Amino acid sequence: MFRNVAELIELAESEQIQISEVMIRQEMEVKQLSREEVFAHMERNLDVMEKAVEDGLKGVKSHSGLTGGDAVLIQDYMKNHTPLSGQLLMDAVSKAVATNEVNAAMGTICATPTAGSAGCVPGTLFAVKNQLNPTREQMVRYLFTSGAFGFVVANNASISGAAGGCQAEVGSAAGMAAAAIVEMAGGTPSQSAEAMAITLKNMLGLICDPVAGLVEVPCVKRNAMGASNAVVAADMALAGVKSRIPCDEVIDAMYKVGQRMPSAFRETAQGGLAATPTGRELEAKVYGISLKKE
Amino acid sequence: MKFRSVFDIIGPVMIGPSSSHTAGAARIGRAARHLFGREPKYAHIHLYGSFAKTYKGHGTDVAIIGGLLDYETYDERISTSLETARASGMKIRFHEEDAHTDHPNTARVKIGDEDGELELVGISIGGGKAEITELNGFELRLSGSHPAILLIHNDRYGAIASATAVLAKNEINIGRMEVSRKAQGEQALMVIEVDQNIDDSILNELERADHITQVAKISD
Repeated sequence: MFRNVAELIELAESEQIQISEVMIRQEMEVKQLSREEVFAHMERNLDVMEKAVEDGLKGVKSHSGLTGGDAVLIQDYMKNHTPLSGQLLMDAVSKAVATNEVNAAMGTICATPTAGSAGCVPGTLFAVKNQLNPTREQMVRYLFTSGAFGFVVANNASISGAAGGCQAEVGSAAGMAAAAIVEMAGGTPSQSAEAMAITLKNMLGLICDPVAGLVEVPCVKRNAMGASNAVVAADMALAGVKSRIPCDEVIDAMYKVGQRMPSAFRETAQGGLAATPTGRELEAKVYGISLKKE
Repeated sequence: MKFRSVFDIIGPVMIGPSSSHTAGAARIGRAARHLFGREPKYAHIHLYGSFAKTYKGHGTDVAIIGGLLDYETYDERISTSLETARASGMKIRFHEEDAHTDHPNTARVKIGDEDGELELVGISIGGGKAEITELNGFELRLSGSHPAILLIHNDRYGAIASATAVLAKNEINIGRMEVSRKAQGEQALMVIEVDQNIDDSILNELERADHITQVAKISD
């Protein structure tokens, strides 16, 4: 069983297999399941993600009314304009937003690695798909590669906003997506690790400060930025750019930053955007109460 | 390692909005339901840390009650679980606690009926994964996502051997095992995490084994 990114890369390189394959073999071993069973389980998760993106692109609204409809706006914009940041990037952004809008509306999603950060992995996948034309199997493998990196983060740091802030959720998700994009685009296992490191470095310190305690503001848009961060970092890694700080050390730094983060910034709705005048106003409106004193 | 499966990371499939506050909470409720063995008549839920601060927005309340109704994390009936439970006569109370706990997402669940009571503490550790850290006053560490057997037994020599003998005979492999007790020579709790789900016939056999007084299981 691999314990860190270095061991994961070592396993992939020594066996001359993809990271997704390392993850599949480990899962078969741990759960005592056949390849077909493990694969079928992940394919069902892929189906859920696909459906969530579709639903979000049709337009949904959360019960609080704080989020919904932005995925549609972005798709419409892409049809009528040439996005400055590029079609693929905005497509990824719209699909990440779509997923998190569905989540906020209490729809069905697949946590990747969490619900609040569920947009980054599918958002990038269904955007990159249009350019790389992967097989269904390669799309399922994308999720195993994402999962392998998430597995390391979860065991060595955290994937909980309450424990480690948003860097642990959207940061992890974006890094996982970056690593998976690299594999799908034909990059090497170590390039996947570089992409993960580059992404996570740029998410370090990100606090979890949901307005009214809801997984809506700023979570939905953070997934948009997580997805774009992932695409950019994947391109950089594929270009041969390396992270000066090794991936495992970045993950460890993320863990330590999370540990020292005050609880106001760890999903308590006590600080950051949640504590802004408008954040408090929205909170009061959502719960139908008068404004509390600070 | 806390996380063993890739499906702890890519998954669970769930109703939004929060894996730790909704899906993890549902799993804590469901673990309580499985250990209790039936639908309780009352439920007192104490919420700590981030759970206490944000449970309404995240649907932590409906998720825990949904779990008590034996719903899975992806069951769309979660959103109406409070109404459903109350309609079937369950008395429900939520308590927002200020006390500091080791983990920010902690819930203490007290459930029962005229025939018995159960109290457990669950923590939601991220990505929809939950652990049970206390059961009826016993400290333990139980991940809700793997099958496990819980045995209340007398704190006496031979108790562990009599339980493991039954498992060995039935070719059940033990993944992790833990024993805790309140005081020497009194009641003790054995937690055995296994790789596959356990048939009721094996549970019956365990219940008849020497020194074992009570048996419960958690399915995958």
